[in-house]
Formats: sequence, structure tokens, C-alpha cells
Amino acid sequence: MQKNQVKSITYRFYVLIFVTLFGVILSLPSFFNINGPKINLGLDLQGGLHMLLGVETDEAIKSKVKSIASGINYSFNKDDILTDGFKNTDNVIKFELIDVDGDKLKVDKILSEIKGLVVRSDNGIYELTLSDLEKQETAKFAIDQAVETIRNRLDLFGLSEPTVAKQGEDKILVEIPGVKTAEDEQRAKDLIAKAAHLQLMEVDRAKADQGNMLSPEEAASYGDIILPDVKDKNIKYVLKELPILDGSMLIDARVGFSDKTAQPVINFTLNSEGAKIFGDFTGKKVGHQLAIVLDGKVYSAPRINERIGGGSGQISGNFSVEEAHDLAIALRSGALLAPVKLLEKRSVGPSLGADSIEQSLVALLGVFLMIVVFMGVYYGISGLFANIALISNIFLLVAVMALFGATLTLPGMAGIVLTVGMAVDANVIINERIRELIRDGVNLRDAINNGYHNAMSAILDSNLTTLITSAALYAYGTGAIKGFAVTMSIGIIASMITAIIGTHALFDLFANRIEKSGNTRLWFGYRRV
Amino acid sequence: MQVFSSKKIYDFMRLRFASIGLSFVLVIGSIILLFTQGLNYGIDFSGGTLVQIKYTNKNAPLDDIRNILNQNEALKGASVTEFGSSDEVVIRFSSSSDSLGKDVGDTIVKMLSSTGDIELRRVDIVGPKVGGELRQKGLMAILVSFALILVYIAIRFEWRFAMAAIISEIHDIVIVIGAISLFQIDVNLDTLAAILTVLGYSLNDTIIIFDRIRESIKESKSTNLGSIINESVSVTLSRTTLTSGTTLFTVLILFFYGGDMIHGFSLALIVGVIAGTLSSIFVASPLLMWFNFSVSNYRAKELDKIKKKEEKERLRAMYEKGQL
Repeated sequence: MQKNQVKSITYRFYVLIFVTLFGVILSLPSFFNINGPKINLGLDLQGGLHMLLGVETDEAIKSKVKSIASGINYSFNKDDILTDGFKNTDNVIKFELIDVDGDKLKVDKILSEIKGLVVRSDNGIYELTLSDLEKQETAKFAIDQAVETIRNRLDLFGLSEPTVAKQGEDKILVEIPGVKTAEDEQRAKDLIAKAAHLQLMEVDRAKADQGNMLSPEEAASYGDIILPDVKDKNIKYVLKELPILDGSMLIDARVGFSDKTAQPVINFTLNSEGAKIFGDFTGKKVGHQLAIVLDGKVYSAPRINERIGGGSGQISGNFSVEEAHDLAIALRSGALLAPVKLLEKRSVGPSLGADSIEQSLVALLGVFLMIVVFMGVYYGISGLFANIALISNIFLLVAVMALFGATLTLPGMAGIVLTVGMAVDANVIINERIRELIRDGVNLRDAINNGYHNAMSAILDSNLTTLITSAALYAYGTGAIKGFAVTMSIGIIASMITAIIGTHALFDLFANRIEKSGNTRLWFGYRRV
Repeated sequence: MQVFSSKKIYDFMRLRFASIGLSFVLVIGSIILLFTQGLNYGIDFSGGTLVQIKYTNKNAPLDDIRNILNQNEALKGASVTEFGSSDEVVIRFSSSSDSLGKDVGDTIVKMLSSTGDIELRRVDIVGPKVGGELRQKGLMAILVSFALILVYIAIRFEWRFAMAAIISEIHDIVIVIGAISLFQIDVNLDTLAAILTVLGYSLNDTIIIFDRIRESIKESKSTNLGSIINESVSVTLSRTTLTSGTTLFTVLILFFYGGDMIHGFSLALIVGVIAGTLSSIFVASPLLMWFNFSVSNYRAKELDKIKKKEEKERLRAMYEKGQL
């Protein structure tokens, strides 16, 4: 067997050294509190708030139609196009042209410039709806925008590393680790749920005093809407249903203090288009009342004394400083085009998370020690090799999870236990094969190499099927199941490297000595029966 | 150290009628349990609200809690159970609110504040729509992994091996579900993870034995499938016991020391590991015999494959020498 008298340091040895160093160095940040990639602890382990939100996209479509309606209305006013019965009901905009011959061309031009609008007209009676494609796009935009908005709001709120991600077609996953108190949680939820839909509306001067007498249906027939005052529900305002402009034209909102009352107020700034509309309107309607409406409630309704240029305004209300601060964040980060509702919420108190970690760690350590002792006793030095591979495997697992920013959950910890089991299994299979060959009288070096060779197809097949299962789990699972699948996949790949290549490297390293000593009991724990 | 005699071949296949009979009884029993006892769906799948609270200074006054909750229309009939220790309580009810603003957890803590010092440990709210979706997705995950496993084993081994493996998988899962029903373990996402772990574990076991059978078919001179299986199962027995033993020990430790959060999870695993180990020996292997697996046909096919490969190599060699 001269040709087998090869060098004891093979490529396997470099692989083992590399993965061990890689694992140890990159898992240090997770174990000690130093800078670098760290494993994320799932909310079930560190405590925090997990929410699944549904987006009511119908509302987004409704408000899209509404804003198109107010845009058309504004253009008509500007071009002195007279209409009758301008109304928007059930996402259908209807109006009748008074001067059909004179204005038809102008109207058609205005309408043709609006994207996704389906126009039906008959003798100057117009019916406008949104195309199906536009509805879909509006819905999709509403969700994307909601994700963005919620993320901005939570970032500005200053919570530690919140996760906001789109999930499935119309859902949003929000995870906020380390929410300690119920008050914090409530504040975070309020911030998310706040639509922050700012509208500037005109008070209908003719019916201003009838707020408590008109029914909503009656008001709608006049093209009006009735909204309550933010402080006193008994005060009701009759407003023109189509807003003058809305929060989409808002570019900034900051907390300030009123000169007169020293109360916190919110100063907002409009973009140039908004400023122009605002200026035109206030110039034309001196003496009228302008209502500042936020999320369907009237905050104030000042009388217009003069044209307001520059595009800035003020919302005053009975705010506390904190409320004003959160409201400014909500306004600044944009309105939610569609309201969100809570589909699923899980909040884990920090004490429970700590208990879970402690108990699982104790269990894991116990299992680990048991396996290490057992392998050493049962398989002799080759058992020690398996243990070295196992420890390097755990470092590698932690390092890779940290590198990917994977999240460790409670089921994920169970996944680690199982991959440790499979790593041990691989070494058991290999060692049993080597023992078999030794029993059959094969010389030691060949027994080792053939043992690995024979064991390989079984180990590969079983590991690959498990990988396939975890891929299916990842693709179709949710939350905890996904975490479990990720941990299991990384663990299996790591164990294939350490348990198959790593232990083989150690055998390569000691092959000459094993052969010289001839003591199979010491090396393989083998005893003739 | 050595657990099993290395040379002895045990006649497992003689037991095949008894073992498959026993499996049949267990599977039928599990199905009956499933229909009579049913599954205890946790709120993950059924939707609803779960509130876990801990009394920091005394044991939980269960009767007081029930009385107070019953005064509230929405919380009437809520289930109140101890969780792990006598100072911790889980309150479950089927309704869930979808407004972000209101929080049942706070409401309950306020309602119960007269009964002692309470710490809010966990609040889970799952809407009915999400519950249904989670259930559907979980089922889908299992079906898809079955299909993929079937294809993989059929390619790597032979279709009869694939069928036998899948049937023994289904056998294990049904028994685990039977145990979940028997012990009334909460069916939630963690339990689903346990079932899937059993699937992976038991498959691992089955494949290692199948791999040995495949190897023996190629090497042994016997054409008797029964004796080949006996021999293969016997030589892998030491590995099977070792691995199953350590895994069982692992899940036992998780069961006793892993905390209440993974109690159900580890109980399902204990049953699954036992069922999975036994089924790879006593269900999957005998099924191969029932499917009329023919050793000589398989061998002929394998021989054919080797011949084709050699022919290809010969042609390539000739081509490279420029003789074609």
C-alpha cells in the first residue's frame, strides 16, 4: 500500500480549518457583545410585538376616485366650465354639461389627460369610472405605500430595528422587538393605525348652521358631507364633499407652538402645486370658512381673511406635546391611502422571552454534553473527532445565521437540536461502516477511506431529502415554520461539511499514527464480540 | 463497546404480518381518535385570542378569574387554564378584534387587577381569515414535501422504494396526529413544526436502511429479497439504535427541561421518533416485499446501466483516439 502513504494534510484539512475559523470568528459577535453580524433573536425569545396587518384596498380606490373628482372639479372651475349635479357616488363620477356645444372639446381634453379613466358620455351627461387595471394598480400602490409609510413612521418614532415587510398579496408584517411597556405598544399601534389623511375643505356657507339638522343622505344630495369637530362631537360642520386639496401635496409637518395660547400646533408646508391651489382658493373665497380635516374630524375652521400664498398652514387642536409630535410624524411620513386592520398580533413580554431562552439553553447544553460524552466513550478517539466536528458545526451554524441576518426562534432552536442529531448520525454511520470493514479484516487505512465512501450515499440521500423538505417548508410555511426551515437548512449544510469532510481530515491527519499503533479499540472503540 | 452482535442476522421479515398488523391497528386507532376526540386547534389555526398572565406574588385564583371574566359579555365562556406552574394562567377565547386601537390584553389586566399583582406575559390575537390561511399553508407544505420526496426517491432508488417510504411517512404522521389528539396537545404552528420534523427524521431513518438494501442487492448473491432485507436491517441496527437513542434522549430532555412553551412540541416529537424508527424497520421494509420488488430485475437493470456507461466510455475513448 505504498501509494496510500500520502501526505497527511489534504484539502479536507484546509476546509476544516477554514470553516472552523470562519465559524468561530463570525459567531463571536453573537456570543459576546461586540460589533459585527449578530443572530437576530425572534420575538418569542427576546420579547416584542408582532403584527400582521391587512390593507383595505377598497378604501384606497374610493379615495383615488374622490381625488380625481376634485381635480376635475378644480379644472372646470378654472376654465369656467359650468356643470350641473357634479356628484361622486359608489366610485362613479357623474355630471351634466350645461353648455354642451361650447365646452365638450375642452372637457374631453381634460378627461383624456387623466390616467386609467373610463369615460361614458351621452348628450353631455358624463359617467366616469376607473378601469380595472387602474383599480388593481391603485390597490397595489396602496399596499406598497402603506409599507413605506409605516416603516417611515416607526423609524421616526425611534424604536429599535422594526421590521416592516409586505407579506403575500395584501398583508403587511410588522415586527418591533423590545417593546417593553403596554404604553409603548399602544403608542406604536396608534402611530401605525393613524391614517393621517389631511384634507382642506370648504365650509358650505349656505348650510353652515344646519349641521345638526341635516341627515348625511340629505347633505349628500347637495354634494355636502357632515363631519364632527375633533373635541366636541355635538358640533357638526357641513362641508363641500370634494376637498380643496389633500395631504398628498404636503411636504413637511413640524411641531410648533401657537403665539397666542403657547399650545403645541402643527405647521405644515405644501408643495408648489398645492400652494398654487391653496392660494387660488383663498384668494377667491375671502370671507368663507376653511376647515382643516384630519382623518374625518374637523380640527379647526378658520375664516379666510386674505389670500394665503406660500403654501403653509397650521393645525391647532388641544394637543399634548407627545400627541402633536406623533401626529407630525404621521403627516410627514405620508397618509395611509387605505386604512389597515389588525389580522394577527402576538406580543411577548420580555420576562417570558428571557425564561424561554434560559430553559431552552439549559436543555440544549444538557443534550450537547450528553452527546459529547457518549460519542467519546462509545467510539474512542474517532468519537472525539466527531465531537470536534460537532463543535465546529455549531459555530458555523451560528456564523452563517448571523451573516444572513436569520432569526432564531423557539422552533428554530429545536431545529438546531435536530441538525445536531443528524450530524451525529452521519458520524455514527461512518464509524459503523469503518468498524464493519475492520471486522472483515480490511487494513486500517483502507477501512477508513472505504468507510467514508460506503457511508456517503446514505448520508447524502438522507441529508438531501431533509433539505428538500425544508425548502418546501420555507416556500409554503409562515413565520415560525419559516424560521425552523432556515435553521434546519443551514444546519444540514454545515453538518455535511463538518461531519463528512471535517472528520475525514482528522483521520487523514492521524492515518499514519493509527496504522502504526494498530490499537483499534483506542481509535474506534471497537471490541470483538 | 458494542451493542448488537455484529454477525447475527435477525429475521425481521418473519414478523412482517404481525408488525404491519400492529401498525394497521395503530393507524386505525389514530384515525378513530381523530374523529371521536378531535384535534384541539390552538388559536393559530382556529383564530381567537390568547392572553397569558403571571401572578407575581401568589398562586393564580382560577375561580375568581373565571367569575370576573364571565361578567363581560365578550369574554363569557373563556377558557382559563394553568400554564406550567400554579402562578401562571392562560386565558383563551374565540373572538378576535381587528381594530388596532383596542387591546384585549390591557382590558383583561385591568379587569383582573383586583385579584393580585399581574404581569402580562403574552398576547396572541389571530383573526379568523389568517387562521384558515395558516392551516391551508401548513397542509400545503406537507403535501409539497411529500411530492418532492416521492420524486427524489423514485429517481435515486426505484418507484417501489418511493412508495414504501411515503406510506411509512404517512403512517408515522397519522400516529403522531393520533397522539396529539389523545393527549389533547394544542395544534399550533409549533406542533406543525414537530410533525414536519418527524417527517424529516423518519425519512432519514428509512433512507439509510433503503440505501443499505440497495447496496446489498448489488453485492449479495442471494435473490431472496426477504433475506437481503433482514441482513441490511441487521447490519444497520447498531446505527439505528444509537441514533434513535440519542435523538429520543434529546427530545426527552426538551420535554422535561425545555419549558412549557415547547411541551406539546416535544411530546409530539417523542411519539414521532419512536414511530419513525420502528416504521422504517417494520413498515417500510416489508412494504418493499408486498410491492413485489424483484431483486433479479433490479439487478439486471443496474447491470444494464453499468454496461451502458461502459459502452459510452469506450466510445468516448475511441473518439478521443480518433478511431470513430
